[in-house]
Amino acid sequence: MTDKRIDEATNTETMGHEWDGIEELNTPLPRWWLYTFYACIAFAVGYAVVYPSVPLLHEGTHGTFGWTSRGEYAAEQKAEAAQRAPMLAALAKTPIEDLPKNPELMRQAVAGGRAAFKVNCVQCHGAGAAGSVGYPNLNDDDWLWGGTLTDIQQTLTHGIRYSGDDQTRTSLMPSFGHDKILTPAQVQDAASYVRSLSGLEPKGAAAQRGAEIFSVNCVACHGPEGKGGRQFGAPNLTDRIWLYGGSREQVVGSITNAHAGVMPAWGLRLDPVTIKMLAAYVHSLGGGEAFAAPAPAAK
Amino acid sequence: MQPVFPRAIHGRFRRLKWGIMAACLVVYYLTPWLRWNRGPYAPDQAVLIDLAHRRFYMFAIEIWPQEFYFVAGLLIMAGIGLFLVTSAVGRAWCGYACPQTVWTDLFQQIDRWFDGDRNAQMRLAKAPWTAGKLARRLAKWSLYLLVSVATGGAWIFYFADAPTLFHQVFTGTAPAIAYSTIAVLAGTTFWLGGFMREQVCVYMCPWPRIQSAMLDEKSLIVTYKDWRGEPRGKAKDLPAGDCVDCGLCAAVCPTGIDIRDGAQIGCITCALCIDACDTVMAKTGRPRGLIDYATLEDSEKERAGAPPTRHAKLIWHARTLIYLGLWSAIGCALLFALGTRNHLAISVAKDRNPPFMLMSDGAIRNAYLVKWRNMEDRPRPMRLTLDGIPGAAMWSEEMGKAQAARQLTRTIPADQTQPLRIYVIAPAGTAQQPLGFTLTAADAQGGTVRYDTRFDAPEGGQ
Ligand code: SF4
Ligand code: SF4
Repeated sequence: MTDKRIDEATNTETMGHEWDGIEELNTPLPRWWLYTFYACIAFAVGYAVVYPSVPLLHEGTHGTFGWTSRGEYAAEQKAEAAQRAPMLAALAKTPIEDLPKNPELMRQAVAGGRAAFKVNCVQCHGAGAAGSVGYPNLNDDDWLWGGTLTDIQQTLTHGIRYSGDDQTRTSLMPSFGHDKILTPAQVQDAASYVRSLSGLEPKGAAAQRGAEIFSVNCVACHGPEGKGGRQFGAPNLTDRIWLYGGSREQVVGSITNAHAGVMPAWGLRLDPVTIKMLAAYVHSLGGGEAFAAPAPAAK
Repeated sequence: MQPVFPRAIHGRFRRLKWGIMAACLVVYYLTPWLRWNRGPYAPDQAVLIDLAHRRFYMFAIEIWPQEFYFVAGLLIMAGIGLFLVTSAVGRAWCGYACPQTVWTDLFQQIDRWFDGDRNAQMRLAKAPWTAGKLARRLAKWSLYLLVSVATGGAWIFYFADAPTLFHQVFTGTAPAIAYSTIAVLAGTTFWLGGFMREQVCVYMCPWPRIQSAMLDEKSLIVTYKDWRGEPRGKAKDLPAGDCVDCGLCAAVCPTGIDIRDGAQIGCITCALCIDACDTVMAKTGRPRGLIDYATLEDSEKERAGAPPTRHAKLIWHARTLIYLGLWSAIGCALLFALGTRNHLAISVAKDRNPPFMLMSDGAIRNAYLVKWRNMEDRPRPMRLTLDGIPGAAMWSEEMGKAQAARQLTRTIPADQTQPLRIYVIAPAGTAQQPLGFTLTAADAQGGTVRYDTRFDAPEGGQ
């Protein structure tokens, strides 16, 4: 360190240090740079006054306009709701069976239903609506209670075996084994027959015996051919889809103890328009029945 | 920092500079007003950056967002182009075509209209603030502002239909973003062109640093031939070189430097000092070119007594050729891509949750979101075909399963991407395997694109 001195060539004060004969000049910052810097400070001060910024003990300063990000969010929500209002009004007016006549409204209903599904339904039916054992897969074409838009809307509104709704869909399969209506051997035979209906087992002697048991105990709901019945919510036993599993143990279990899955009556919790949108979405998953859109092949 | 009051000068480089400046301004202001007929489905502005619809129109070319590589390619070409120019003619970009130079030149001309040439400007700058000076200043700044607003105003026309927007701007109905863009660009033009000038080139712009690293002994730069000029002084004080120390070269320099101090970062090679010195040499009856464009290599030769090399010859050296090769290679690749691009596209997203679906009769169904894209400015009929899995069929969300087929046809509106949920169903027992979708344009122009995806099935079939 040497004392400060003035550099002769530039007439500028030096910083007072030197490395290998090179000295650093104490050149002031350019004016424009300083002014930009001061402008930034002024801007920051102004910003702090106008917007909520300074944290105090219990809450922060409010800013001169009372702007808050929450307020902005609320305004955005309001605008969004206003934008959706005509669509929702149209949906409320349109009976669900007329929805396919208006493809644009249908598209919007499906989109709205997709969102409502993610909030209310994925817990049981899964994000892709594929369900799992005991929770119906909504993508397939097997419907216990019917797969038209109206059927789905009905199921959604009143639920299944839901005690709070007296129009709820009800069906009851007896616990054949547990309540000793059938002996364990009879249960085994019935299982053989039921599995043979969908080709999972050969039609052997056990199945023959099972057919007898079936004709006495099961036809009332599942029908003489085992094709099920929607008025009772009785599953079709001849197809490849098993709500509670199609393995031998699973079928035996179902006959022994019976299952009685419950779905809430969403009509008690959601508004009719949301239910309509949900029905449209579920119907759109690929297995919806009685689609009313014009069929090019028929033309 | 001393303000710079460059003196007006006439000469061949000044004329070249006026010419380039006029060309740049004409291109900048007029381009948005050129029309280009694209038929009823697309805007008819020749150059349009349509942010709302995410399209970029440039005469016969239309760029879609997924073709952004064209824009990236153009930017790379612009970068290499800058290198190319630098390797051939040094900092010519800075001296002639850089917007900062063009607008600074314009503003300097305004200064001369209001305040007179260098000496008058300097006197006025020192003079006290009388009413007369204030009036003059305000008048000058108003003209600055007018130029600035026109500069910022022209920019917005690249982003919307120019005549419509022009009308909107003056009736106060243009979108707020248009006004704020004008304000920001007018503000920066006013500030950078009116007051910052050479300080932008010397302190704010990174390019001179990069450029000085790129210059070598083969680069053309403005050079003062000291072996010819020194010792400077009056002709009668012998022994004297050619430089009469009149100071004109420094007086005309827009960045306020003295080129006789040697090559320096402040020099934007605008060549005005060449014009200045050539005038002096003509007056004193000496050969022109005491200050001239030269390469270092050339200067050394000339110092040793050889005649100067012709400039046209100096431009061609290895680096120039390499850049030129690179630049044209990218250009050709882009042109090739442009010529062969297909104006339809398909993309397929397979549903993964659930990956497949078992139907009641054991058939297996997969779902896909297929996007059909028509990149022409008219509606086109298109056909989607299933490739692979014999026995499979597809239907869309708008049809029923009953109409399932191996082929779907629909017309895609002009310039649109249409998503459609497609269900593909295959007989029971079908194994997991590749599946393709082919999109064919069913019009005279034709074209085919294919997307390969997968059909999922339960393990080992069922
Ligand atoms: S030194 Fe000459 S070429 Fe360089 S900026 Fe000044 S006038 Fe232009
Ligand atoms: S203009 Fe030419 S003669 Fe005059 S000072 Fe500059 S170099 Fe010397």
